Amino acid sequence: MTPVKLYPPKSDKVYFFGTCLVDTFYPEAGLDGIRLLEREGIEVLYPEDQTCCGQPAYTSGYQSEARAVAAAQLRLFPEPWPIIVPSGSCGGMMRTHYPQLFSGSEQEVLAGEVASRVYELTEYLVHVCQLRLEDRGQPEKVVMHTSCSARREMGLGETGPMLLARLGQVELVEQERAAECCGFGGTFAVRHPEVSAAMVEDKTLAIEATGAGHFVTSDCGCLMNINGRFDHQNKAVKGEHIASYLWRRTS
Amino acid sequence: MSVETYTPRAFHRQAHDALGNPQIRGNFRKAMDGLMAKRRDVFSDWDLETLRELGANIRLRALAKLPNLLEQLEANCEANGIRVHWAEDGEEACRIIRELCESHGAKSVIKGKSMVSEEMHLNAHLEAAGIEALESDLGEYLVQLNEQTPSHIIMPAIHLNTDEISDIMHEKTGTERTRDVDYMTAAARAQLRERFMNADVGVSGVNFAVAETGTLCLVENEGNGRMTTTVPPVHIAVTGIEKVVEHLRDVPPLYALLTRSATGQHVTTYFNMISGPRKAGQHDGPREVHLVLVDSGRSRIYQDNELLDTLRCIRCGACMNHCPVYTRVGGHSYGTTYPGPIGSILMPHMLGLEETKDLPTASSLCGACGEVCPVKIPIPDLLVRLRREAVGEGRGNVPGAGVKRTKKEVAAWKTWQWLATHPSAWRGSLLMAGKLRALTPSRLGPWTQYRTALKPAKRSLHALVKAHRREGEDES
Repeated sequence: MTPVKLYPPKSDKVYFFGTCLVDTFYPEAGLDGIRLLEREGIEVLYPEDQTCCGQPAYTSGYQSEARAVAAAQLRLFPEPWPIIVPSGSCGGMMRTHYPQLFSGSEQEVLAGEVASRVYELTEYLVHVCQLRLEDRGQPEKVVMHTSCSARREMGLGETGPMLLARLGQVELVEQERAAECCGFGGTFAVRHPEVSAAMVEDKTLAIEATGAGHFVTSDCGCLMNINGRFDHQNKAVKGEHIASYLWRRTS
Repeated sequence: MSVETYTPRAFHRQAHDALGNPQIRGNFRKAMDGLMAKRRDVFSDWDLETLRELGANIRLRALAKLPNLLEQLEANCEANGIRVHWAEDGEEACRIIRELCESHGAKSVIKGKSMVSEEMHLNAHLEAAGIEALESDLGEYLVQLNEQTPSHIIMPAIHLNTDEISDIMHEKTGTERTRDVDYMTAAARAQLRERFMNADVGVSGVNFAVAETGTLCLVENEGNGRMTTTVPPVHIAVTGIEKVVEHLRDVPPLYALLTRSATGQHVTTYFNMISGPRKAGQHDGPREVHLVLVDSGRSRIYQDNELLDTLRCIRCGACMNHCPVYTRVGGHSYGTTYPGPIGSILMPHMLGLEETKDLPTASSLCGACGEVCPVKIPIPDLLVRLRREAVGEGRGNVPGAGVKRTKKEVAAWKTWQWLATHPSAWRGSLLMAGKLRALTPSRLGPWTQYRTALKPAKRSLHALVKAHRREGEDES
């Protein structure tokens, strides 16, 4: 049975681990995540030496390369503050796989300790910050695509929709087969491009069929994949990271 | 007979063909959607997580005691009059079964559904020896008529729709072309009934082999399993060594999980408990019952404390039904006896990683398989483990370990590692990427065949955070 996670009280300070995808392609989403936390009176520390959680190599089987990169991240969070990650995928890597990756090594204890402080952004906003939102945007429909790692690896299928439900003017609509993968899967999209394309094709059709012109997700991998497919077909549907959406509508 | 051949080596081509076939796509999507909905409904009033935990623990306990339980099973089966045979691989198992058939002068074998017999290509082996092997499970029968292999471990003919089945039956057996499913089922039943009566040997699989009682449990819906195991004078059951459970009381929870996970049924129409041949004074049942226990790489899997979890499987097929990849490419694309997620973690042990190198990567690691597995096999973790083995970063105890390791890919990951462990170089490369974003190629191989390429942002999050901090300082 999934253990019930007990959440600590809100911390005065948190670390923010931006993830390499956000750093490179969606920096605004990272900054919006930081702004949301700061608005809750939290001081956000962004360790400058952060790079990547190591997941691309890990899921490709390059264990020692993944471990070396992960080890470099382990040193970045010396104080006992929570580590907020705007991605279920990277968050899942750090929370679930870091302890496995360093099991039996000198860094085992550190890895376990760091993993225990990792929170996905929407998880922290809902369960720790008890975030309240004052919606200043126009009424609209929006679709949420929760990433598979957020949903299954981190058990956070509900936190994104819970936040969207707090926006008074927003109607959350669910696409058919909402829990099905969008087909990104990191290197999967490159190694099995045709299968991945068939999956993202179905995902974009399902989102489009809701009639909402907009979708949000808590993972930039899915965002890159789904938006890339919509763009390729010159569709008007646009997606953004949930942090940007929340910030845009409430700031 | 020219059996349609699919191989795991040709996964990409086979998947390409399946993806471009609207019939296949439609058949699988519809069937998998239905199976997922049935499973969800049938478990709706159960404490599923507790039941899965129980199922996992029963299987783990059985595996922990496997060598002893197999000895106990053998002793209790023999005491019940079931002759037990051990086969190191499929070839040996085929030879044992053929020799048993030959010793009875058998010319005709009727088969209940058995994936292990598929795994060892029993039908082809018997045919080569002049013994006809006829499948009696309706799906298997259709697939055999159509000279194919099963595309799903529970529903072998799931890739065929009503019209296709009507065509096959018309062409091969002379029935009327129709969409009347009852007519076709009745026709197949009549065709098979006669064969049951005349078969010299019945071959079946086993779902659970109970060590403490020497009982073979067989789960089925059509009654063909009961016919196969009771009508012919000789019954040969064949199964993998991992199918043993310790106690009779272990069976109900596993059965409850199996039928609900597989087809969304509370119970199957038949649940057979085979505990020996016909006894003196009994009027029916086989005169002889044999059990062939097949290893085929299972004991090697057993040696590894991570890979061991693969052997928990009770063959329900839920991982296939819920897999977004399987749903789109269908079972034949995998080119292996067991397709889908369970196949991708099992077949590399049987065929080697060279043959199956595209299977462990044929998953987005979405986790749907692990989420529904009734015995909680950590399938995504095992896929990653096999990816490690394939690139030579595992423990080296899977055949073909290291086969995918290339200098080019290693160099790429080493470069990535260097950058990601040298933060100032990382930031520098992001700065360059932002400045040179106009030069980002608009075509990036497979990605841009279906999607627009993404350009790096002008300024990285590192740069934005710095600017954000300066703004904050200016304001204060």
